[in-house]
This record gives sequence, C-alpha cells and structure tokens, in this order.
Amino acid sequence: MSHSISLTVNGVRRDIALLDPRVTLLDLLREQLGLTGTKKGCDRGQCGACTILVNGRRINCCLALAASHDGADITTIEAVARGDELHPLQAAFIAHDGFQCGFCTPGQIMSALGLINEGQAGCDPERIREGMSGNLCRCGAYAGITEAVLEVQKNLAEAEERRVA
Amino acid sequence: MKNFDYVRPASVSDAIAAASRPGAVYLAAGTNLLDLMKGGVSRPDRLIDVTRLPGLDRIEPLANGGVRIGALVRNADLAHDAAFAKSYPAVAEALLSGASAQLRNAATVGGNLLQRTRCAYFYDVASACNRREPGSGCDARHGENRLHAVLGWSDACIATHPSDFCVPLVAHDAVVEIEGKSGRRELRLEDLHRLPGEEPERETVLEPGDLIVALKLPADARNFSGHARYLKVRERSSYAFAVVSAAACLSIARGKIAEARISLGGVAAKPWRAREAEKLLVGVPPVGENFRRAALAALADAKPSGDNEFKIELARRVVLRALTLAAAGTPERIPALPASPFSTQPGALHDA
Repeated sequence: MSHSISLTVNGVRRDIALLDPRVTLLDLLREQLGLTGTKKGCDRGQCGACTILVNGRRINCCLALAASHDGADITTIEAVARGDELHPLQAAFIAHDGFQCGFCTPGQIMSALGLINEGQAGCDPERIREGMSGNLCRCGAYAGITEAVLEVQKNLAEAEERRVA
Repeated sequence: MKNFDYVRPASVSDAIAAASRPGAVYLAAGTNLLDLMKGGVSRPDRLIDVTRLPGLDRIEPLANGGVRIGALVRNADLAHDAAFAKSYPAVAEALLSGASAQLRNAATVGGNLLQRTRCAYFYDVASACNRREPGSGCDARHGENRLHAVLGWSDACIATHPSDFCVPLVAHDAVVEIEGKSGRRELRLEDLHRLPGEEPERETVLEPGDLIVALKLPADARNFSGHARYLKVRERSSYAFAVVSAAACLSIARGKIAEARISLGGVAAKPWRAREAEKLLVGVPPVGENFRRAALAALADAKPSGDNEFKIELARRVVLRALTLAAAGTPERIPALPASPFSTQPGALHDA
C-alpha cells in the first residue's frame, strides 16, 4: 500500500510518496531526500545521532514513523549554517573541541538548538549537561560540548540584556 | 520489521473499531512501539495511528479542582506546564527524570502508561519469555536478573514496569479514562497494570479496542504540593531506567503528618503503592525514625527473584530518603538533575 505525505523540509515543501509504511523520518531524510547529515547511530532511540527539529522541537527521528508526520515542518543540520557562514553553535563546537570523529555532531547541534529553544537550561552547566544527556558521544567530547552550548547561551543572554537595556 | 497496514482514523469510535480487530495496535508517538517492532518483539499487522484524533491533547482543569490530561499530551509539555508542575510537583519531577529531552518531546501520556518492560529477555526474541511468548519459559529467572522485580513477581515472570511517571501518579490516586466498544469508563491507574501470576502476557486489564483517552488527577492530591518528591536511583546520572525509585508525598499540619503517600518504581510489574507504610505515618512527626519504620513496612513482602537482594535494602533507603526530601519541602524549581540523589558538581546539593 502506498501513502503520500507532504513535509516542509528546511523551508521547502516536499510531496513524498511512501512506498512502504515502515519508513521512519530518518530513513526518509537519508535515503529518499538525500539529506545524509542526520546520522543513523543506534536506530533505536538510544544515542541521539538522528536528532532533528520537528515543528521546532527536537526528537529522535529514528523512532518517528514518516506516515504519522504528514504536514510536519522539519529542520535538519543541512539548514543550520547560512551558506558558508556557520551557525554560532557550529562555530562554538569547533572553538571548544566539541567533537573528535564528528559522527554524533549533527545530532548534538540539533539537540543543542532544541535545548536553547526550550529555554529551560539557561547558563547552568549542570542543566545543560542534563538537557543534552540524550546525545551520546563515543569520543567523549562532553566537556567541550557543554562549554560550546554554554558559550552560545551566554552570548544569547548578553544580547538579550543589551536589547532590553 | 514485519510489514503492516497503516490506518489513521478520524474519530475515537473509528479508532476503536479498527483496533478491535486481531493484530491491530494503537500508535501514538511510537517511541516504544517502533523500537519493539524493529526488534521483532512486537509484530502487529495493523497500526492505528491515534495522533490526529481530536481533543486528546489538552490539559484541562476540572470543576472539582482536579485536572484532566489528554492521552496525547506530550511528556515534556505536561512536565513544563507551570500550573500542573506547581500542583503536582512529584509528577513533573518524575517525568523529567525519564528518558531524554528528545523522547519526552515525542512520548505521550497514554503511551507512557502502556510502555512495555525493558527486561532484556523480553527484548531478545531468541530468549524464552512468557510475557512475549506465553508458555515458552522465563530465561530471566536464572539469567542476568539483578535489576528484576522484588515484589509481586511470579515464577512465570520477574519483569518490572519501567515508567517513572506512573509512580507518583499511583501515589496521587490517578484515574484513567478509557473508551472502548461498550463506551467510556474510568479505572484507577493502580488497577490498570496486572501482576504477572500465571499469565504475564496479560499486562493490563484493557480489552481489545480499549483506548486510553485521558488521565485524571484528583483535587485532593494538590494537598501534597508543598511536600512531594520523586527520587530515582539509576546506573548513570541521566537517561537511564530506575534501578529503584520512590514517590513520597506528605501533608504536614502542626508538626505532624496528616496524610502520606508512598509508591515505588522498578520493583514490580506495576507501579507499587505502599499503603501499609503510609498508614504508619499518619499522626506522627515527620522525622527519620518514623520514615525508617515506613520504609521497612513498604518492603515487608519483598523477596529477591534472583541476584537482586540488594534492591530490597536499596528500596528501603530510597523510600527513607524520598520521605526525608519530601519533609524538607518541595524545591522552588525542579532540580538540575531531576529526581537524582547525585550532583555532577562536586559539593553541590543536588536539589539546591
């Protein structure tokens, strides 16, 4: 049986035929749309490498059935930089050595974007670590990841203070 | 993954009709179901997607002072609902101690109630498991079982229920609203999950087609809002299931406990309410000696199901500490590491 869904992927509306109901959003992005920035790590919701934003919220797209997400607005790592200009989070990950092999990095960055949108962690490193615990890093770059997210949060907080002042 | 038909009904009655047929299961976020299907543990013929059913995604105050939570409310949205978290802080803390932020953003209230055990033998289709395949035996019984049940287990099954959310919910006398072939009915959450007995494959009292549409918390559960905690010991400080957890809720008047609620997680095939322990606390001062007696009573019937005798003493200590934390008062804000006895910052109080 075949379903047809429409998604907005990185700002572009796509009409997609699902030839098989088993397709997850992860497989759809990687296999059908060629967006391989989103990584398949465990494929079981345990590692966070497949984190994307769906309607602005971070989820593990390996456990999201594509057929169930008709109409969703999806943001992947491919849409985070503006051309050659890195997003501040991407720049901060480089500046703070927030990765080694880089496999988990797209998921880490999408998760950090979600974390910042959620507005629960603020500039508390312990809350950032807790909020990022759904993203595993086998290279153990956690210290750098926390520093990178913290720096972006602090810059955002300072910018907000300047704006209000 | 075995192939299946995907159906997206437009109404609750259509959903019930579709799900009443053999081989059909409901799909909400799928954070547990898809995992089970990928592993071949669940092999449904037909998925009934309930995520678009109207009216099930609201948190509504009830006229009697309680709250009604639609089955499709996402875990994160409930935990971060300011009015809800203020009224039922132990429930919010339990929600935030479970899974990861990504999973909480997707997982639903109804799905959390119906998630399956994380027993490794249940997940491994090469192992004998009476819960997955009735009559096949239980490889956990003489296998790697240090995290298995110490209360309410049977020789047929020693698995535990993995939910954090359900633990404070049973302490709060939560009620489940179910819609089925013969209309709507209500059931205490405490009566939803079954102990394994001889039929561990019957995990709940739900009948084919039954759909959980909402969860209700009574108004009087708010009486505990000033002294309500959830405490969860796990094998890493975040993103892990409970080894043992406890919810402790107290109402304290003039230096004495007016009412106490205690429940345990990670110890049985259902969230475990410790009523005898609660009774011991009524009318006595909220002090360690009384909490210790309650903790002993809570585990009075516990027995190891394998290499897990340590969980009984651990559970006593978790109850004692949860009661002590509850007596000290609900923190203004949920701690950085929700429900954790630890802090990742040396020297810092975990709930400061």
